[in-house]
Amino acid sequence: MSAEPVLAVEGLKKHFPVEKGVLRRVVAHVKAVDGVSFAIRPGETLCLVGESGCGKSTVGKLAMGLIPATAGTIRLHGTDITGLSRTQMQPWRKRIQMVFQDPSASLNPRLTAGAVVSEPLENFGDIPASERSDRTVALLKKVGLSSDAMHKYPFEFSGGQKQRLGIARALALNPSVIVADEPVSALDVSVQAQVLNLMMDLQEEFGLAYLFVSHDLGVVEHIGHRIAVMYLGRIVEVADRDAIFANPRHPYTRALISAAPLPDPRARREKLVIEGDVPSPQNPPPGCHFHTRCPFAVARCRVDSPALRTLKDGRLAACHLED
Amino acid sequence: MSVATAPAPSVPRFRPWRFVRRNPTLVAGAVILIVMALLAVFAPLIAGDPIRMQPAQRLRPPSAVNWLGTDSLGRDVFARTVYGARVSLMVGLTVAFLSVGIGLMIGLLAGFFRTADTIVMRFMDGLMAIPAILLAIALVSLTRASVTTVIVAIMIPEIPRVVRLVRSVVLSVREAPYVEAAVAGGAPTWKILLRHIMPSTFPPLIVQATYICASAILIEASLSFLGAGTPPDIPTWGNMVASSRLFLSRAPWTIFAPGLALALVVLAVNLVGDGLRDRLDPRLARRM
Repeated sequence: MSAEPVLAVEGLKKHFPVEKGVLRRVVAHVKAVDGVSFAIRPGETLCLVGESGCGKSTVGKLAMGLIPATAGTIRLHGTDITGLSRTQMQPWRKRIQMVFQDPSASLNPRLTAGAVVSEPLENFGDIPASERSDRTVALLKKVGLSSDAMHKYPFEFSGGQKQRLGIARALALNPSVIVADEPVSALDVSVQAQVLNLMMDLQEEFGLAYLFVSHDLGVVEHIGHRIAVMYLGRIVEVADRDAIFANPRHPYTRALISAAPLPDPRARREKLVIEGDVPSPQNPPPGCHFHTRCPFAVARCRVDSPALRTLKDGRLAACHLED
Repeated sequence: MSVATAPAPSVPRFRPWRFVRRNPTLVAGAVILIVMALLAVFAPLIAGDPIRMQPAQRLRPPSAVNWLGTDSLGRDVFARTVYGARVSLMVGLTVAFLSVGIGLMIGLLAGFFRTADTIVMRFMDGLMAIPAILLAIALVSLTRASVTTVIVAIMIPEIPRVVRLVRSVVLSVREAPYVEAAVAGGAPTWKILLRHIMPSTFPPLIVQATYICASAILIEASLSFLGAGTPPDIPTWGNMVASSRLFLSRAPWTIFAPGLALALVVLAVNLVGDGLRDRLDPRLARRM
């Protein structure tokens, strides 16, 4: 597992300006992403978990180049793609593709499934037009849809089928990384498993790397190889899936995992309940972002922001109290 | 796993009578307009010469020869009314098509390219402040009275309204996930604009076009009535009303015919607009 990372992000920041008045004066910044670093190796799934508003989806959009980063670098196959213009970004789009959260909203209601899936092929023109429809049918089959789906409109599909279309579209250009922004959160639980298994099969077949954004720990436990936990724009802990679930180290990770329901009603788990609300990302607390809600916070946490560092067992955590 | 078998697409059968019952305004408006349009197109076959003056036959009431009577110069009112429909409908349709076409282009660009937006929209606000009638009078006094001048004068203040409408749709659609997905798939800007954004503007634009058509017909008539529009030698409803107003008490038919025709066409266009709005607005969408 020491292969060159396909996607590496270093010190990524995204501050959205808050404008006010007629002159659009910038009065504040929403620090949606505030210094995030991670690397994904080929064929690996890195899950970004965290509660609503912690900036995990923004990280996905930044990696896709859909919104410009405020600071930091994004490397795709070792090449810096931060701040590229749309034309410069164009060749890289073939390497990194995206599956969106809401399968209904991410498909143009006026285009047939065939048009949706073949559009990326058309944009790049690597495949002659005569072979495009064969390739489209092959893609649809790959995601478990029949070839007569070609001429149907999105409203004729179920939610799970729509997400399969979204996956087929992302696969069309043969990417090496797919950013999946909560791809199953809009689906019924029974369909979630089907779509997740499809994604895992495709990963095996094509050696895809996933940046999998989710708030659902059950989903993450199913598909993730490594898990990165985000809180208020920062990553607080990164570890292998089993290590995170068996032995979370950062207090926030511990609280998050103890809050997830277990399938076995008799099973007991360490309970760590945190109180209060997430502070506003417009005005995050100084020091460790989590100190306002952390039951273990000491004086140092209020002033000194802990860096993400390697602990003895090899994982990364950002906490003064862990070593 | 039964993923491969999607439900069979159900194509609703078209039932004409049911369509009429559920869309009475749309059908009524369309029928009136179609009859008017047929009259206008086949005017030479239906009516006599609208220009020929017969001073001996002045201000005759409706009769078997002159169905709607004659005017102060002895011209056949029915023929003039039928020919007048040509000008009215042509002005209405041309203004609607041109202002929607031009407005659509400007609106798409203004909504999509934010740098152009501020400048374009302030310019449009400026244009909106010009009343069509004043502009027409100015243009006619600068150039010379013609149908083209009238069309241009009515079109200019209508364009900004279309631009505003298109821009608002573009602003709401440009952030839609499927547009973002198109960007992620490497779609060039023109394709995003034309394929993914533009079609969403059509339903409100079609409705807007009918209202523009109705108001253009009315403004054309007003301009002709004021003598600032179509030259008086061309029979239009506005010209007819203008030349007949002195004889209102002696020969009311000279004014009733064009007035009623005008009211009927504007009513029909508005009915079509309302009917289309009900059908195209997704919130009010009903089955056929």
